[in-house]
Amino acid sequence: MTLNEWLPLIIVASSLVPGLVIFFLAEHQVTARTVLNLFGATLKLLLVLVVYYGILRGNEYEFRYDIGVDLEFSLRVDLLSLLFAILSSILWLVTTLYAISYLEGSPNRRRFFGFFSICVTASTGIALSGNIVTFFIFYEFLTLATYPLVVHRGTEAALQAGRTYLWYTIGGGTVLFVGVVWLFVLGGSMEFDRTGALAGLAGEHSGQLKILFWVLIGGLGVKAALVPLHGWLPIAMVAPAPVSALLHAVAVVKAGAFGILRVVYDVYGIELAEELGLLTGLAVIASVTIIYGSMRALAQDDLKRRLAYSTVSQLSYIALGTATLGVTGSIGALVHLVHQGVMKITLFFCAGNLAETLGLHKVSELNGVGRRMPLTMAAFTVAAFGMIGLPPIAGFVSKWYLGLGALEAGRPWIVAVLLTSSMLNAAYFLPIVHAAWFREPDGEWTVKRRARYLETSWMLLAPAIATAVLSLAIGLFAATQWSPLEMARQIAEAWYADR
Amino acid sequence: MCFLLPARLRAPTGLAVAAVTAAAAVALAWQVAVDGMIRHNLGGWDAPLGIGLYADGLSCVFLVLTGVVGLLVSVYARSFFSLPEEQEGATKLFWPLWLILWGALNGMFLSADLFNLYVTIEVVGLAAVALTVLSGRPPALVAGLRYLLAAIAGSMAYLMGVALIYGSVSALDLQVVAQSIEGGSSLRVAFGLMIAGLLVKTAVFPLHFWLPSAHSSAQAPVSAILSALVVKASFYLILRLWVDVFDGSVTVAAGQALGALGAAAVLWGSYQALRQRRLKLMVAHSTVGQIGYMFLLFPLITLAHQGGADAPWLIHAWTGGIYQALAHGLAKAAMFLAVGVFVLAVGSDDREATVDLVGRLPMTTFALALAGVSLIGLPPSGGFVAKWMLLKATFTSGQWWWAPVILIGSFLTAGYVFMVLRQAFAPTKTPIQLKPVPRAMEVTALLLGAAAILIGFRAEEVLFLLDVEAPFQEAVEAEEGGGL
Repeated sequence: MTLNEWLPLIIVASSLVPGLVIFFLAEHQVTARTVLNLFGATLKLLLVLVVYYGILRGNEYEFRYDIGVDLEFSLRVDLLSLLFAILSSILWLVTTLYAISYLEGSPNRRRFFGFFSICVTASTGIALSGNIVTFFIFYEFLTLATYPLVVHRGTEAALQAGRTYLWYTIGGGTVLFVGVVWLFVLGGSMEFDRTGALAGLAGEHSGQLKILFWVLIGGLGVKAALVPLHGWLPIAMVAPAPVSALLHAVAVVKAGAFGILRVVYDVYGIELAEELGLLTGLAVIASVTIIYGSMRALAQDDLKRRLAYSTVSQLSYIALGTATLGVTGSIGALVHLVHQGVMKITLFFCAGNLAETLGLHKVSELNGVGRRMPLTMAAFTVAAFGMIGLPPIAGFVSKWYLGLGALEAGRPWIVAVLLTSSMLNAAYFLPIVHAAWFREPDGEWTVKRRARYLETSWMLLAPAIATAVLSLAIGLFAATQWSPLEMARQIAEAWYADR
Repeated sequence: MCFLLPARLRAPTGLAVAAVTAAAAVALAWQVAVDGMIRHNLGGWDAPLGIGLYADGLSCVFLVLTGVVGLLVSVYARSFFSLPEEQEGATKLFWPLWLILWGALNGMFLSADLFNLYVTIEVVGLAAVALTVLSGRPPALVAGLRYLLAAIAGSMAYLMGVALIYGSVSALDLQVVAQSIEGGSSLRVAFGLMIAGLLVKTAVFPLHFWLPSAHSSAQAPVSAILSALVVKASFYLILRLWVDVFDGSVTVAAGQALGALGAAAVLWGSYQALRQRRLKLMVAHSTVGQIGYMFLLFPLITLAHQGGADAPWLIHAWTGGIYQALAHGLAKAAMFLAVGVFVLAVGSDDREATVDLVGRLPMTTFALALAGVSLIGLPPSGGFVAKWMLLKATFTSGQWWWAPVILIGSFLTAGYVFMVLRQAFAPTKTPIQLKPVPRAMEVTALLLGAAAILIGFRAEEVLFLLDVEAPFQEAVEAEEGGGL
């Protein structure tokens, strides 16, 4: 085997190995743990970039081996996997920095960072999976790896959240299991690069294929938080802020959304999905989720809960774009996968900073907080504006493409959904921004954590600012060659190439 | 032989014997994998006169499972029985009894003769009962008596079946019997008796009444042996008879009936496990449920027989059933050993007492979690491969009605596994004093748990071994020819 075959495996292992080693370190070996974590995160990012460079030059990266009978483990890199892998490795690096500072002095950090690394292993594995079985293996692995993170605090609320989380995800996993086995029986191992294996069955088995599609979406919809399967997400936000950040931006919810992309484009293929008339239903579900999530977000006073419902809503943009027929809509879906991640992680970092520095958890407590923590709130404002869809921030680019795609596909009602959602986004984000900058503080702040020069520890601040700048930059420079938009365009054009 | 040694020498000798036996099992499996099946006629007499020993892929898989689990449990037992609180009763007899049991298990996997098999199951049964009552505690004695009755009833039924067969075909050698069977009612009765007897010993629903109390009241290493190995032995024998001896005369209805018993066991056992408050009882009930999964194999392979030996789902059903036996053997041993560590350290096996287990006994919790993951069938694990294969076989064979059973069973299993783990993550305000536990015990539990996960990464070797003289040789080859 050549290095190119091993690279996908090494990328996955670059966080698994540090994760496992961390379990064997003692709780007090903070330096060793930190070095190991950052080393793994940096190595992963570098390797992913190397592979990206290689892919652009036409190299192929594939690792596969037989588990037994016809079960085959396969890691293969294509542009879509890279899009997700680059996103997760950048955000993992940033979140690791953040988490080191956030959890300083709290108990059980060894366990936390161990599972944290394993969790990222699972999401990279999902990104690089070359067939549906490997995808499923990592998808379930992710459930197991995130559970200890969700219940990390060990409080009654955390345990309750963990329980809800497990019932939802294991239920979804079981449904997906049935779907995957069924798929296997119908069409073989479902390599993602051999789309069209199902197309031949369309005439004879179209009824089965339709049911199967909804079984798969039902399984994936739990993690993608499609209404009515979203119930776990707002509850799981009791986890520590770095976990919520990662959960909402890359790890769990994106696994679901990414799975939907794979199923629609690489398993069924756009033509078959269109022929069977599956996409309208998906678009309707996604639209309902978008509006419902935003409405619920309006009513929340707890900041993290509001952000969680906002995730429910924003995430379904991806499903909506997927279901909009046409290359522009697909570009919108793909690019939103990245944009939503970067913006949402910024918002959760900021919420974490507010909670950790001033002990603020509620929207109603945020009056005037912009004066006390200007940098944090500036980052928050940028990301919130992006979520609303104001140019030139990243969110605008996604919404632009989604809207344009809907018009091209002749579905103006989707544009109406997008506009309504943007209005609702504004309605739940703008009051926060307004209160933070323009209202008088209610009283003295009770400061939990002090830093000498800055408003809070630099390791909490820097990640938030970095991701805020990034969400501005990928919006501003969307037209350049290295932007996520350009990558999304290449992926989408390949899907529609033979039409 | 161990009876003769003074008590303090028993443990080291036992351990040495364990290592040698395990190594021999692996060596034999290696030889079978390389050279194909081996038949050795004791004393040089050929069948039907002599008594044959016979090793093919199926027996080797079980031999190796027994070797691996046996060795690790022996390491654990050495530490366990040197603890002062486990010295009561007749625990000094553990090593001789365990080695006799192990020898009988190996004998069963290698025997090619119905009467010899009877002798081995009788020895297995009696040694297992003796091990159950080792501690001499009242609940163990009551459970042991019940176990003894079940075991004797089971072997009697089996022996009657053997007698009927001998009466009609005048042979006991498996291969000879298989060739000379012609059908007829006496044979059917004989077969029914043998299977029924073995079903009691395997504790298939509704004949599982003796298992939970026996497995939960025994001491930790014994529970692990009983749950992981002893019930597998009678399952192996049913499978052997089903596919090698009576494969011409089993009917679809019989297969479906065994499958239905298995399905009922999956649901009932898992549900009961969910309801238990005591950890050891929970794990014991879980054995009932997990054994049920193995019996889903029978309807799948039986229907395939009727439809010709090249049915495409045969290989899946076969792998699934065997993998379930392997994964459950490893995982359940890990679980009983881990619970044993926990009971020693905390002094209680109440489910509620597992609070903050993660903080206090991280390694044991990890072992429990790994074993649990495999029992549920979440990937990546041996249990996942098993359930994947079984589920795929149910779909391909059109017997989709088993699929909900597999899934609901998984869901219930997830319920009881996570109920323990959930509690384990809850921190306590009041620190509880833990008794120190020998590290070897924690490590062996973890190793077994890790093994249950790791076999899920690589099924090829096991499959290769199973291929040696597999009853479905043609199907395997057809699948490989078509698939690659």
